[in-house]
Formats: sequence, structure tokens, C-alpha cells
Amino acid sequence: MLTIHQVTKQFDGSQVLKGVDLTVNKGDVIAIIGQSGGGKTTLLRCMNFLETADSGTMEFDGETFDLAKISKKDIERIRRKTAFVFQSYNLFRNKTALQNVMLGLTVARKMPKAQAEQIARSALEKVGLADKADSYPNALSGGQQQRVAIARALATDPEIIYFDEPTSALDPELTGEVLCVMRSLAEEGMTMLVVTHELGFARNVSTKVIFMENGSVVESGPSMEFFTNPKEERTRAFLNTITQHEKE
Amino acid sequence: MFEGISNAVSAFFSQRLVGILVESFPKMLLPGLKMTIPLTAISFSIALVIAVIAAMIQVAKIPVLRQLIRFYIWVVRGTPLLVQLYVVFYGLPNLGIVLEPFPTAVLVFSINEGAYCAETMRAAIESIPKGQMEAGVCVGMSWLQTMFHVILPQAFRTAFPPLSNSLISMLKDTSLAANITVMEMFMVTQRIASRYYEHLALYIEVALIYLLFCTVLTKVQAVCEKKLASYGF
Ligand SMILES: Nc1ncnc2c1ncn2[C@@H]1O[C@H](COP(=O)(O)OP(=O)(O)OP(=O)(O)O)[C@@H](O)[C@H]1O
Ligand SMILES: [Mg+2]
Repeated sequence: MLTIHQVTKQFDGSQVLKGVDLTVNKGDVIAIIGQSGGGKTTLLRCMNFLETADSGTMEFDGETFDLAKISKKDIERIRRKTAFVFQSYNLFRNKTALQNVMLGLTVARKMPKAQAEQIARSALEKVGLADKADSYPNALSGGQQQRVAIARALATDPEIIYFDEPTSALDPELTGEVLCVMRSLAEEGMTMLVVTHELGFARNVSTKVIFMENGSVVESGPSMEFFTNPKEERTRAFLNTITQHEKE
Repeated sequence: MFEGISNAVSAFFSQRLVGILVESFPKMLLPGLKMTIPLTAISFSIALVIAVIAAMIQVAKIPVLRQLIRFYIWVVRGTPLLVQLYVVFYGLPNLGIVLEPFPTAVLVFSINEGAYCAETMRAAIESIPKGQMEAGVCVGMSWLQTMFHVILPQAFRTAFPPLSNSLISMLKDTSLAANITVMEMFMVTQRIASRYYEHLALYIEVALIYLLFCTVLTKVQAVCEKKLASYGF
């Protein structure tokens, strides 16, 4: 469904992505893990054109695009088929939860208000926030804001949702509610690409894991295999440090 | 001592003077309501439109247009308003362009105020976190759609206090239009004053009317700010 090939990106002379390849099939839940500064966020942002890659191609629904030269029209077209969940939620601060979820439907997709509201309400219900429809973001907890953000992503019926560390900004007791929502999406067959530090999620929910370091993919594979039998020395080292942290 | 002052005051407010002041009050207030306020309201509305467009062009970094906007702001902010009024009203006729006093005033005031408000709006837009625009385009809206539905409403709220101050200054600055024969409040006062030869009293009287107008605006501003704060964002 989605393949990227040889994506590169530089920031002020430092090579942040060094030719990344990635394939996503329908129904995949892919966890991208790796050390801080490894280029995971940059990769997701390049895939949704929030950053312009220096080179690389993307094949999406049978069309091929040059990431460095893609037109505005194509970007808008692709974005209507994808959704992005940010680490810092980025809910529209001047809109209620319901309006946040509706805006992509009424404005971007010109859907009639009544129909959009119906979809938005059921999306909010799905993340367990039907009763917060009229609350503004600043009246919601971090976990609730992130769930609204997930509802906003769901409402547009995307083919794939990108998540950039959706729980990293949350207090530990709030991460559970967000992960729970994500797990139920995964079970329904939603295609997801998730940058995460939650190894539990990577191990138990995702179907595939990608380990990135210094702008390259070091190892990728089905989650079971990845965790029980990592092939690369660096992967093992990384997993060791993390599991030690978790024990402490 | 006190007697001296009170004598002076009562001498100053002779019956004749009180009569003049009372008689002049409606004569000043009327052009205030019919000229000063419409001039301010129309010019400021146009200025806001100019400001929003100019600010968006700068934030969007549209080449060429952006340089033109910078040039416009530079020129307008670097030259006196009074000189701008003279250039358009007394200068342009040399090129065969003759405008009526009121349209000239509207033109100059809106272009002038537009430049200042453009900077206010630009700063307000730039103060909105980058993630708001990113989230907007990620749900499929265009840059412009996100601007209108998400960024500008937030920016207006940030810009509301400085814009209100600009409006209040502008109301007072409309008195400069007397120089290009617009029959606004100050022009009318000048005529009355030179007829009765009571400059001090009459100019103080018109100052008090300006003060009244500005006080009303300040009160309205306070009420609006309270209202804005009560919205949930
Ligand atoms: N806009 C930018 N300008 C300059 N450098 C940047 C920019 N964005 C990212 N970088 C740099 O690129 C590198 C990769 O950053 P990135 O955010 O992609 O890493 P990450 O894997 O997501 O890390 P983390 O786990 O901490 O989120 C970092 O060294 C970072 O400093
Ligand atoms: Mg990151």
C-alpha cells in the first residue's frame, strides 16, 4: 500500500536520514523504535511532507512520487488519505473537541455539517470522550487531548495513521488510556505507523518493528521474531539497555 | 488667596462664556458623531483588512509580494501622517489626481493604520505555535483554510489589546484631517473659536469630547476582553 525508498534528509549539514526504506501493507501496525535523535520523527514528518526530504520516492496506492519535488496538489491529495497524531497533541485551541474532529470533514472535505457531526460524535465515542464533545482543549487532561487527537485522525477515515510518540508527553498514569485506544484500533485492522518508546506496545500490539539508529534502519521484522531473536548486535544492545531501564 | 482664585474662576466663566460653551457643545458633538466616528470606523475597518492580508503575505513568505509589503510598511511608518495627508490632498492634484477631502482622509488613514496593524497581526500570527498549522494541514485543510479557521481566530485574540490601542490613537489622529478641510470635530471647533475668540475654553471643551469618546472605547475594549477571556480558549 505504501512504500518509501531511499529517503534522505539533512539539517544544517548533518545527515539525519541516510536512505531509509520502508514498506507498509494494509493492516500493518508498525512500531519504529530507537534512540533519541535517531531520525524517527524526521522520517514521519517527511512522509507527511511536514518536512521536505532531500531525496527519495514514495509509492502510495499505486502512484509514485518524488519526495523532493512533489507538487502541492499531490501533497494535499495524499494528506486526505492519511492522518497524523502528534506528540504534543496539537488540538486546535480555538475549537471544542467536537469541532476539532469535525474540521477536517466540513472544511477540508466539504462534508455537510450534520453528517460530519454524526461521524465526529461516533469518533469521540470510540475514544471514550463522548461527554467531552463541547470542552475546549485547555479544559482536557493530556490523555484526553491525545484521545481527541486520535478521534480527529479517525474521523477522516484515513488509510494510514502516523503516530509520533503519542504517549511521551503524558504522565505515566495517563499513557494507559491512550495505548488502550491504540490497541483497539490495531485490533480493528487500522494501518498504523507508530514511533514509540513503549516497548510493551511494540512487543504486544504491533505486527512489525523497525529499529532505527543514526538515520538508518538497523533491523526490521515481525515483532515476535524481533524481540525473541534479534539478529543485529546493535539491536540487542539497544534492547538490553531499555529492558534494564524498565527493571530499575 | 482662595477668594482670589474663585474670583478668577468666576471671572473666567462669565455668563457670556458659559453661554458660548453650552451653545457650542452640540455644534462640536454633531460633526464628532457624523464625521470623526465614521472616519475612524471606516478607515480602521479597511486598515484591518490591509493588515490581515499584509501579515499573511509575510508569514507565507510569498516572494516579491512580501518585499513590496515590507517596502510599504517601511515607507508608511517612516513618514509623518500629516505629511502623508498633504502629499495626497495638496500634492496629487499636480498629477491631475484630485480627491475630495473625506475620501482622501479615509485613504490615508487606512493605509497608514494598515501598516501598523499589519505588524501587530504578523507578530500575533507568529506567536501561534507551529503545531496548529501542522495539525491543520494534516487533517487535509489547505494553508489558507487553516489560516482562516484556526490561526487567525487565535491571532485576533492575541492582537485584540494592541489593536484596540491603535483604534483609540486613530480616533484622536483624525483631528489631523482638519488640515485637509474635512469638517470633523476639530475643524469645526477651530471655526467657532476664531469667531468668539475664546480659544482656551473651546479647545478644552473639544478635548473633553475626545476624552469622552476614548473613554467609551476603553470601556468597550475592557468588556470585549472579558468576553474573549470567557471563551474556553
Ligand atoms: N528542524 C530541525 N532543524 C535542525 N535539526 C533538526 C530539526 N529537526 C530535527 N533535527 C535534528 O535531527 C536529528 C533527528 O531528530 P528526530 O527528531 O528525527 O529524532 P527522533 O528519533 O525523533 O528523536 P526522539 O526520540 O528524541 O524524538 C536530531 O539530531 C535533531 O537535532
Ligand atoms: Mg521524535
